[in-house]
Amino acid sequence: MRGLRLSVNNLACERGERRIFEGVSFTLLPGEALVITGRNGAGKSSLLDILAGRLPAAGGVILLDDAGERTLPECLHYVGHRDALKTALTAEENLQFARDFLGNPALKPREALDAVGLAHAARLPVAFLSAGQRRRVALARLLVAHRPLWLLDEPTSALDTASQETLRLILERHRESGGMIAASTHSPLFLKDAKEIRIERTLTPPPYAGEGASSSSVFPSPGPLGHPLPHRGEGTGGEG
Amino acid sequence: MLKSFRALLVRDLKLAARVGGSGVMGLIFFLMIVTLIPFALGPDLNLLSRIGPAILWIAALLATLIGLDRLFQADQEDGSLDLLRLSHAPLEIVVLAKVVAYWLVTGLPLAIAAPFLGLLVALSPEGMLAMVVTLLVGTPALTFIGAVGAALTSSLRRGGLILAILVLPFMIPTLIFGVSAANAALGGTIPFMTPFLVLVALSLIAAVVGTVGAAAALRSAE
Repeated sequence: MRGLRLSVNNLACERGERRIFEGVSFTLLPGEALVITGRNGAGKSSLLDILAGRLPAAGGVILLDDAGERTLPECLHYVGHRDALKTALTAEENLQFARDFLGNPALKPREALDAVGLAHAARLPVAFLSAGQRRRVALARLLVAHRPLWLLDEPTSALDTASQETLRLILERHRESGGMIAASTHSPLFLKDAKEIRIERTLTPPPYAGEGASSSSVFPSPGPLGHPLPHRGEGTGGEG
Repeated sequence: MLKSFRALLVRDLKLAARVGGSGVMGLIFFLMIVTLIPFALGPDLNLLSRIGPAILWIAALLATLIGLDRLFQADQEDGSLDLLRLSHAPLEIVVLAKVVAYWLVTGLPLAIAAPFLGLLVALSPEGMLAMVVTLLVGTPALTFIGAVGAALTSSLRRGGLILAILVLPFMIPTLIFGVSAANAALGGTIPFMTPFLVLVALSLIAAVVGTVGAAAALRSAE
């Protein structure tokens, strides 16, 4: 698991024959986190979908180094908008299934639920849980199987403040053990020296606005501890 | 890989037991068709026992189709399908586990219920035995063929009708040889084994083609 390295070069995405974004590049080393920001519809989720292997990329390369024989989908956890929980099963059964199915088992379902503060709900069918609690069960799935790369699509949505802090601690612990995180978000995640990438929607030339081409800007990691993030919106993109 | 297969199989069986869903629905649908036809045809026992195997087979085919559209759609809707793609087990194994679970809760009950419903269409004891055997061997073919359609229509909201139109033509050979095997067991010029072995072959072919085809359909769906 150590030494896994993800590099994405000049990635482009098309949905329904429209170019959503292009020219997205970044690298992720063990222990690094990437925060993906952008307006609604800019393609944050699509970027994560491409990484998770759900969508084909319209261009660009995704390289995975030192993964051995594993493919990219086998190295990652994906927690998206849909929680991928079966409402008829209990929280514990859902996690037990994920643990058996994904392989490389880590924490037991009970321990994982305890880590997200839901130990009391282990035997309740997921149908009885609130949106925030379901999200926490889905996040507990990150803990039941070892996967070096975590893809999180707006992980804090529906979470209360205390749970957001729990999530931050879980994410930091994952990074300390050499894991990598790519998260799309609107609200700050408060991760230590996270790289940030802002995705801008590619504006199609006529019949639409006729403005400039693609503009997505990638900021390198600020390096040693504690540097503030560069401001959004500057960089190589050249908007408008 | 075996562990992933078993985990998914157990999950789907548990879901079927909790939710009820397609298994019970298929069985009740089967019962409805088989009960209605004698009323429509009238009390001619000779006619009924002659066309009995055909009635049971058509009812079994339609009962398999009911609920088949939910096979992958339910997982697609709640995001579970994305989780299923992340396993080190290939999608073919995922499809196989889901289809086996689906057959255990729909096809198998139909085969077991066939003797009781055979009473309604005046089947002889040999006829009932032949129905159980042919359904046991033939319904996997129906399920595997249907799985390809279910995978193709997994992202459609109302894919049920399209699914039926897509897969019914491919189910016809299974129907022909299933009915002729059951009829051959009741007497006639052809020996039982001839159509029966073709039925076995159809199931085996469908198991391979259906698994690979459904996995390919799931891969290409976005």
